[in-house]
Amino acid sequence: MSFAWAKPYEPTTALGRWMDDRLPLPRLVYGAIGGGYPVPRNLNYLWNFGVLSGVFLTIQIITGIVLAMHYYSFTGGAFWSVEHIMRDVNAGWFLRYAHANGASFFFIVIYIHIFRGLFYGSYKAPREMVWMLGLVIYLLMMATAFMGYVLPWGQMSYWGAQVITGFFSAFPLVGEPLRVWLLGGFAPDQAALTRFFSLHYLLPFVIAGVVVLHIWSLHIPGSSNPTGVDVKNEKDTLPFHPFYTAKDGWFMLAFLMLYAAVLFFLPNALGHADNYIEANPLATPAHIVPEWYFWPFYAILRAFTVDFIIPAKLWGVLAMFASILLLFFLPWLDRSPVRSGHYRPVFKRFFWLLIVDVALLGWAGGSAATPTVVAVSQICAAYYFAHFLIILPLISKFEKPLPLPSSISASVLHGEEEESAPYGLAKSDNA
Amino acid sequence: MVRILGFLVGLGFAGVLLISLVTNLAQYISEPPAPTAEHEFHLHPKEVSFASDGPLGKFDRQQLQRGFQVYKEVCAACHGLQYVAFRNLEDLGYNEAEVKAIAANWQIEVPSINPDTGEAATRPAIPSDRFPHPYANEVAARAANNNALPPDLSLITKAREGGAPYVYSLLTGYQAPSEKLLEEFPSAAPGEGLHHNPYFANLNIAMPPPLTSDGQVTYAEGNPEPTVEQMAKDVSAFLIWTAEPKLESRHRAGVASLLFLLVATILAYMSYRNIWAEAKRKVAPKGPLDPEHMAHREDAKADAAAHGRGVEG
Repeated sequence: MSFAWAKPYEPTTALGRWMDDRLPLPRLVYGAIGGGYPVPRNLNYLWNFGVLSGVFLTIQIITGIVLAMHYYSFTGGAFWSVEHIMRDVNAGWFLRYAHANGASFFFIVIYIHIFRGLFYGSYKAPREMVWMLGLVIYLLMMATAFMGYVLPWGQMSYWGAQVITGFFSAFPLVGEPLRVWLLGGFAPDQAALTRFFSLHYLLPFVIAGVVVLHIWSLHIPGSSNPTGVDVKNEKDTLPFHPFYTAKDGWFMLAFLMLYAAVLFFLPNALGHADNYIEANPLATPAHIVPEWYFWPFYAILRAFTVDFIIPAKLWGVLAMFASILLLFFLPWLDRSPVRSGHYRPVFKRFFWLLIVDVALLGWAGGSAATPTVVAVSQICAAYYFAHFLIILPLISKFEKPLPLPSSISASVLHGEEEESAPYGLAKSDNA
Repeated sequence: MVRILGFLVGLGFAGVLLISLVTNLAQYISEPPAPTAEHEFHLHPKEVSFASDGPLGKFDRQQLQRGFQVYKEVCAACHGLQYVAFRNLEDLGYNEAEVKAIAANWQIEVPSINPDTGEAATRPAIPSDRFPHPYANEVAARAANNNALPPDLSLITKAREGGAPYVYSLLTGYQAPSEKLLEEFPSAAPGEGLHHNPYFANLNIAMPPPLTSDGQVTYAEGNPEPTVEQMAKDVSAFLIWTAEPKLESRHRAGVASLLFLLVATILAYMSYRNIWAEAKRKVAPKGPLDPEHMAHREDAKADAAAHGRGVEG
């Protein structure tokens, strides 16, 4: 597909040939995740998180379909049905904890995947479309996760829905009618719960569709790699199968151990106690906080406290949407031709600063809004926007990158024992 | 163009944030927020451990039965257990007949209808019933409790920060407000119908101390002394069970899953090392990357096909 030396699919059995002439599905799979997809040979473990996110999407869809068989999307019975799942359905507790923690782990995996892309410049030409489709998946995930959190109809479900749909009312004129239209009422109620359930069931399949496009667009230029240097010839690549299936395979099992440890031994650690109280429109919880994966955005929302020309709430909502939308423009904001952060000394420092910044935003978003917390979120939110919109374009203009290796196989050889040279061929060719 | 627009947007957001920051700082300095009684006198739950703690934790069934007894004799007067059914008590080690008797003798009957007239009536509970609500509705509950609503206890150890240790601390934490508190925050003194408890979020709780004296509940022989601490601990353990009745299966399944994944991970890692060895090492490759090997395999396959046999792998 992507490179001239990609091995074409050759059916070995009569059935395989028969099938290949009629529906070449095995050919498609072979070219996508089999021996027919050449992958740079130097990928590190951060490249495992793409496959891993597919694993978690699958876990979510399977557990979700079974949970939907036992759940009632009825305001008077939703909370009850979740307890019915926990107490009376065979292995219901497992399904629910697997799904609830699966959402958290899906986000952990996706965040690592996104930050890997940010560090290694995976968003740059010719992979802009891969990056943007990935962001579409991320936005769909956020919508799905938000609506899924409303379904148990606990206190945080209800008040989270109240706060998040309240964002829309910040917009002048159209805001309030838009909010009422989205909710199907003036506050979250039966109409909102039923449509959230319907959409929560629909969106994962939309995500799966966009994942296909994401992978399709990835397979045109092929995977990026830690050096950011383009693949030059066959020595730079290995067939996806068996090399990366083996590497993804063992890493997936190791990561599932972490997931299992949380699922079985700390199943409520990532949740909020208030969601074990049934929704009560008359009792507002002391601290309304979204799930942890939304904390950085929640901190950005709350950071705007002054009505400067437009109301503070509108600033917050605009900033929150902008914080994600700006990522779509990243390929054009960062114009350094060097992809990998390893060869960009100034970029690298700011990248780590961004990691600290987002972590602090997360902490601020999850804490009660004391003056200190608000001040931290203001400084960090300001840095977030400055990083992407001001610092990154400037660095890419003035930074002097380090010399790049001449090829991927040369970089694998560089500074390592002779034994680690691929085939021992690279030495004579590239030294 | 994108970069110029981006620069302006970035400057805009960062600028408004810095204005917000400076405004807040100025306000903070001119009017520092007053300290609150909750902030200074609220206590974190006491350290207390339960048999069900930790990845291998199991319920102490004797303790759960004692806790159930405390619930039945003390808490059940005001607090429901709506997600728990009498049949679930078999998990505590009661047999079928005992569960039947507990249900039939429960202090509140289950709402029903008169089979002859269809009028509202009540009947004794049966094992498949969930614990009946102590009050007919929320209004009745509030009317009987000085306008406070006693929460259902089924999920209480999961629905409060701090879990079972919080419940234990609350039950054993009633005390007179300290003089220091009354001196600094005279308004924090418990009002009419409220009781000081530093483990409760706003320090004053409507629930009167439920466990007031040692021996309030008489435990069967062979059990520890029913001190207030012991009763509080037993009922907290019971409420861990009501909130998470499948805890033991979860722990067992967790250990089995982790062991399985550990073995699978080790095997998969060894296979990964094996497969990658040829890509990493200088030595002549064997396996899928080795053209000679592949050619040999093709020969073997052709040979096998000719002789009407399959070939491995």
